[in-house]
Amino acid sequence: MPPIPAIEDLSITLAHYLGLAGTVFAIGTVIALSKRNAVAVLMGVELMLNAVNLTVLAFSRFSAAFEEGGSAPLEGHVFVVFVLTVAAAEAAVALAMAVLVYRRRETVDLDRFNLMRG
Amino acid sequence: MSEQPMRPATPMLRQIAEHRSLLQRFMGVSKEWKGFALLLLGGLGLSNLAIAYVVIDGRLDGQWYDIRDLGNVTQHLRSWMQDEGFHPAVPYLTTALLGALGILSVVGGWLLIGSWVERRVLAKFQIRQGPNRTGPFGLFQPIADAVKLMQKEVVIPRVADKFLYYAPPVIIFIPAILGWGPVPWAGKMSFLDLNVGVLYTIAISSLGVLGVFLAGWSSNNHYSLLGAMRTVAMMVSYEIPISLALLAVVLLTGSMQLSTIVAWQANYNAWLIFLLPFAAFTFLFASTAEINRTPNDIGEAESEIVAGFYTEYSGMKAGLFMGVELGNAILVGAMMATFFLGGYTMFGLETWIPGYLILAAKIGAVYFLFVWLRGTLPRFRLDQLMGYAWKFLIPLSVVQVLLVAVEASIFARWETPALFPLAAFALLNLGLTVEMVRRWAHALGYAPEVAQQQPVMATAIGGLKAAQKMRGG
Amino acid sequence: MILAFFALSGLTVASALLVFVARNLLHALAFLVLSFLGMAGLFLTLSADFIGVAQVLIYAGSISVLMVFAVMLTPLASRNNGSTLYVIPAMLAAGGLASLIGFVAIDTEWDERKGEALGVSDFTTTVAGIGDLLLGRYLLAFEVASVLLLFALLGAIVLVQERRRAGEEA
Repeated sequence: MPPIPAIEDLSITLAHYLGLAGTVFAIGTVIALSKRNAVAVLMGVELMLNAVNLTVLAFSRFSAAFEEGGSAPLEGHVFVVFVLTVAAAEAAVALAMAVLVYRRRETVDLDRFNLMRG
Repeated sequence: MSEQPMRPATPMLRQIAEHRSLLQRFMGVSKEWKGFALLLLGGLGLSNLAIAYVVIDGRLDGQWYDIRDLGNVTQHLRSWMQDEGFHPAVPYLTTALLGALGILSVVGGWLLIGSWVERRVLAKFQIRQGPNRTGPFGLFQPIADAVKLMQKEVVIPRVADKFLYYAPPVIIFIPAILGWGPVPWAGKMSFLDLNVGVLYTIAISSLGVLGVFLAGWSSNNHYSLLGAMRTVAMMVSYEIPISLALLAVVLLTGSMQLSTIVAWQANYNAWLIFLLPFAAFTFLFASTAEINRTPNDIGEAESEIVAGFYTEYSGMKAGLFMGVELGNAILVGAMMATFFLGGYTMFGLETWIPGYLILAAKIGAVYFLFVWLRGTLPRFRLDQLMGYAWKFLIPLSVVQVLLVAVEASIFARWETPALFPLAAFALLNLGLTVEMVRRWAHALGYAPEVAQQQPVMATAIGGLKAAQKMRGG
Repeated sequence: MILAFFALSGLTVASALLVFVARNLLHALAFLVLSFLGMAGLFLTLSADFIGVAQVLIYAGSISVLMVFAVMLTPLASRNNGSTLYVIPAMLAAGGLASLIGFVAIDTEWDERKGEALGVSDFTTTVAGIGDLLLGRYLLAFEVASVLLLFALLGAIVLVQERRRAGEEA
């Protein structure tokens, strides 16, 4: 891969990434809170997790606190690896539950799950 | 029987009887042509001697006219541009565009030639002629096909989901091209020499699944959906053996960079197919499932579900699906060559012949193997395929990964010439693989000793030669 | 870098919005995958090569396929992507959240690297470092995560398995 040219003044800063992550997180929140379909809610949750990953990676890239000490900046990356793992596990279990609920109620709409109502 | 040899009865047998070998054909040509061929060979030999002198002399290394590695040209171009004082983005963009153009033209050219080769070779397997009307030897047939496909009316089902119906041919085309990125064609000739190259190839190949599924779902057709579900289930299952096979490669070579893997094989003069025979087999077989080729093409089995997930596509959209299928076949050939067959190296031959030609020859060999499989093997059933992935390939691959991990740590610590441990590993792995496969197959209930697996019909008839003999040949 | 950032963030945000707006669940899924891919590109601009590729592999390649299967296994459920009555309060809450995060992000004086220092600290590769950390300092967490994955796998299989009733024949 040819080296990417170094541009003298990188005007993209940490704040850009944080603002973007906040936006995506907010969109994810709206989807997760307001969607009717269980799968759509899961989509929102995944978007939120993605936004968090972006924040962690941006901090590990930009923060000056990790300046010295070898592989220290990569701790953020390790954290993201764990988040990816948990997201995969969560998606598997949540979708299995959606399928299970469908078998009982023939719907995956969350506002029809009123099993607890007396 | 009469004295006179019988005239072959069928056109097929006549064709066999009239067939001349290459040597006979050569002896048949006139004297002038033979002299001309001799002259040509002599000239080639002399010019090769001159080239050999230059190569040994070493005055070619790294020059821009060193076409053994086209990376030299772009390197010189880039440094020239930097010297001229262009904006730093210009050389970067230029080389990127050049590389992309190169990959696209190679893939496009191969798509044209590949379909011709496949049809001709398949025809040979089935004792037919294949396309032979359009142009010399039917060479222009792919172009005629492409023109025909583009002219065709595009029929869109009325109940189809329009947005999702238009997207899949494009979605599925992108990974087929992107997958070529990390393939090293020569020492400096790789477009995107990522240091997570192996992971990248796996990730890119997993993107195709969604396109297949969307194509099947949006067509609103039972055959399409059936084909899509079959294909998706198969692709998801066979991704695991592929990953495990590549994990063994990564463990042994200690790198996820494709160029480093090739360099490792060149350094120890050991192709990984000798060291990891089971991984190579797993990769090849699982790849045929991943790219929907016979014997694993139940996703588009034309005798069962019309054309599988692209039943409802017509015109160039269907053409794109077919093109992607062919492009994926050669991409898998390139991956197979890079991971297991030594990539662009050939035991030192790459100093003499351009590396990309060697790689192309290896891709062609793997492609021929695919066509051969298509001409020979029947199609598997879905349950057989899934069982084969989950019950057979995955457990054995896990065992193999453990074995290779042990071997890799031994290899890193043992201070001997690399020949001894590598030879030992090759023998050990081959023996263990054979034994493991035998025992595991036995445990799963496949016992060729008990149940006779010899095909009855073929033995009884005795094949084509016997038939010929019976006719009095 | 600037161009890449804005193009990728535009792609990500636009397709995330389309996930919300789309009427059909599978359209939403397609846009979600696009959003994941844009996010992977953003990870690459942060020179996180391993994470970027893993994002493509796990999110765009696997989780989306899982969702496809979940949609397909619930054939009689509605395919629309409608919202409940909570959409207005949810939007208000999310808007508040986004503005809070944005305000904090812009207003805080981050102790960050800029210009030259940023170029110097480019990672050439992150794979080796991540591997060292995973099998070194974070070994316990690594093992726990693998056990979690195993149990999630088993749990999903057990949950979805169709149990035969006592009277039914196999």
